[in-house]
Amino acid sequence: MTVPSIETRGLTRKFGSFTALDHLDLKVEGGKCVGFLGPNGSGKTTTLKLLTAMIYPTEGECYINDIPCHTDRTAALAGAGVLIESPEIYPSLTPNEALEMVEDVRGIPRDEWKGRIETVLAEVRMSDWADKKVGKFSKGMKQRVNIAAALVHDPPVVLLDEPSTGLDPRGMSEVRAILRALKQTHRLIFMSSHLLSEVTEVCDEVALLDHGKLRFYDTLPNVVSRFGKDQGSVDVTFDHPVDPAAVRRISGIPSDVTDITPLGTSQVRIKFSGPSASKKLLLRILVDADLGVVGFVESESALEEIYLSQISRGE
Amino acid sequence: MATISPATTDPVASSLIRFRAPPLLHQIPKLARYQLREYLRSRRFYAMAGIIVFLGTVLTAVTGYYRGPLVTDPVTFYGTDWGGAASFLVVLVAVLFGGDAIAGEFQNKTGYFLMGLPVRRSTVYLGKFLAAYAAAAAMMGLFLGILLANGIFYFGSRAAPWQLGLSALLAFVYLGAVLGATFMFSSLFKTSAYGFVLTALLFLIGFTLLQDYISAIAHAQPWMVISYASGTISSVFDPTVNWGLNGSWTLMRGDIDKNVVVKIYTVAGVAEGILIMLGYLLVTSLVGLSLFEREDFS
Ligand SMILES: Nc1ncnc2c1ncn2[C@@H]1O[C@H](COP(=O)(O)OP(=O)(O)O)[C@@H](O)[C@H]1O
Ligand SMILES: [Mg+2]
Repeated sequence: MTVPSIETRGLTRKFGSFTALDHLDLKVEGGKCVGFLGPNGSGKTTTLKLLTAMIYPTEGECYINDIPCHTDRTAALAGAGVLIESPEIYPSLTPNEALEMVEDVRGIPRDEWKGRIETVLAEVRMSDWADKKVGKFSKGMKQRVNIAAALVHDPPVVLLDEPSTGLDPRGMSEVRAILRALKQTHRLIFMSSHLLSEVTEVCDEVALLDHGKLRFYDTLPNVVSRFGKDQGSVDVTFDHPVDPAAVRRISGIPSDVTDITPLGTSQVRIKFSGPSASKKLLLRILVDADLGVVGFVESESALEEIYLSQISRGE
Repeated sequence: MATISPATTDPVASSLIRFRAPPLLHQIPKLARYQLREYLRSRRFYAMAGIIVFLGTVLTAVTGYYRGPLVTDPVTFYGTDWGGAASFLVVLVAVLFGGDAIAGEFQNKTGYFLMGLPVRRSTVYLGKFLAAYAAAAAMMGLFLGILLANGIFYFGSRAAPWQLGLSALLAFVYLGAVLGATFMFSSLFKTSAYGFVLTALLFLIGFTLLQDYISAIAHAQPWMVISYASGTISSVFDPTVNWGLNGSWTLMRGDIDKNVVVKIYTVAGVAEGILIMLGYLLVTSLVGLSLFEREDFS
């Protein structure tokens, strides 16, 4: 193994006669963040529980870093950090103690703990609570400790099931910041979510699950160009209020730009038809025009449209 | 298959070697230690200790008040106060510390935290078992300590009879057997209450009834019934001790045909009793482990 990876082959799980996951074939490898999307009950948690051998497959197999999860759970999970189903930590433990237990049970040498635990608790903004008992924490605080527990040993593969569950808006944005920082360290992050904004913001690739079946798995731009009805859409932010008409008048704006609409006083959504090449051109022109562009991102709405069109197909 | 080639070639990949599965035999005592700390911080631990101290105080007061017949000799004293109470107490502490050990992990969702770690399920099970055993044994030890303090007061420090040591040993083996069954029930049901109730009913009433049935009606040696084995905890205080592999019996008139004299087994021999109890521990642990091994965390 040279890069972190997860893989499922024909992975299937039935509960009685109900098929929660239906022959999932998925291979994800390399340092990146993959968003695992799907409506409630589509089988996301089931997939993650199978990968971590919390439940067993009816058929098929799965691997973390090429290690079979069900026949060698300890070796497979040694290289992974896991957060599934917002677990409860023993209420009498403090975050410090809970993370020490994680490090200890994982067999990580004691001299590596201290600094690492402090760092990760600081990342999830729980330093002030490091020595208070978890039992009295709010849901969001517990979730922060859970995220810390998944990251404390610096794992190459991170599996997260709806990590922002229970967090307030600030907590959510903090989690996004943590995930973005993690990505820069070449980890494989596989994260289920039903928050499209979270996925567009931090993920490089998306997989969509519906009724236990994989609809697609691809990079975000490819998904948009493959399923986006030839419609690209980017949100552009400026450092000052702008008039959409003024943007339209910039010389050299590609002819395939179909629509420019305001999103706020200093943000516009630019829709265009045609290949993603024109997006590159568009960015260059906007920057050259020196209008103070500070943000240029794929519109959430693009993914949202695709999401809705793809999952309704399964009805 | 949906596959996308790596976005980046990972510079930290070579360090993946760092993430080896930790050695199994280190994990069991580690988990046991963390679990035991959990017990030591729990309210139920101190509540149980309180109950035992209360029982011990009552016993001390009653003995001190009546003296004469209660403290004629050490064997009678320990035979009554330890031999009579120990097997009941074993069931109580086993149920208290083991009744929700596995079911609670499901019910309280703490299992999801543990199962995110690279541990085998059997490691979790055994670690929890050892911790529960230690907590329960500590309670038995506390009770024994109170009795010894009384005994030493009345008979002097060298008067503790060998029967007490043997009986205590048998009680600690019995604790393993009851805890084994408690853990088995606890992994059979995902609701803690079932484990508590079933084990308590079975060990306080069920097995005694079964033993009576098997020996009095079927006239068989009830080696498969644990109360027959745990009876040794008090029978070793009798004037003669049956050390053997064959239980003690009496001859009685048959229930059905009054003219037939039948052999009724009352209590196991010491060696036989130990084997039966260890057998219970082994079988219930194997069943409990395989139940837990298969169980879905959902
Ligand atoms: N233990 C179980 N018994 C029966 N059905 C289950 C069980 N666990 C999950 N399911 C069903 O499987 C489907 C997928 O669930 P899940 O993977 O949790 O969905 P998601 O995480 O995508 O919301 C749901 O319809 C759910 O009801
Ligand atoms: Mg879910």
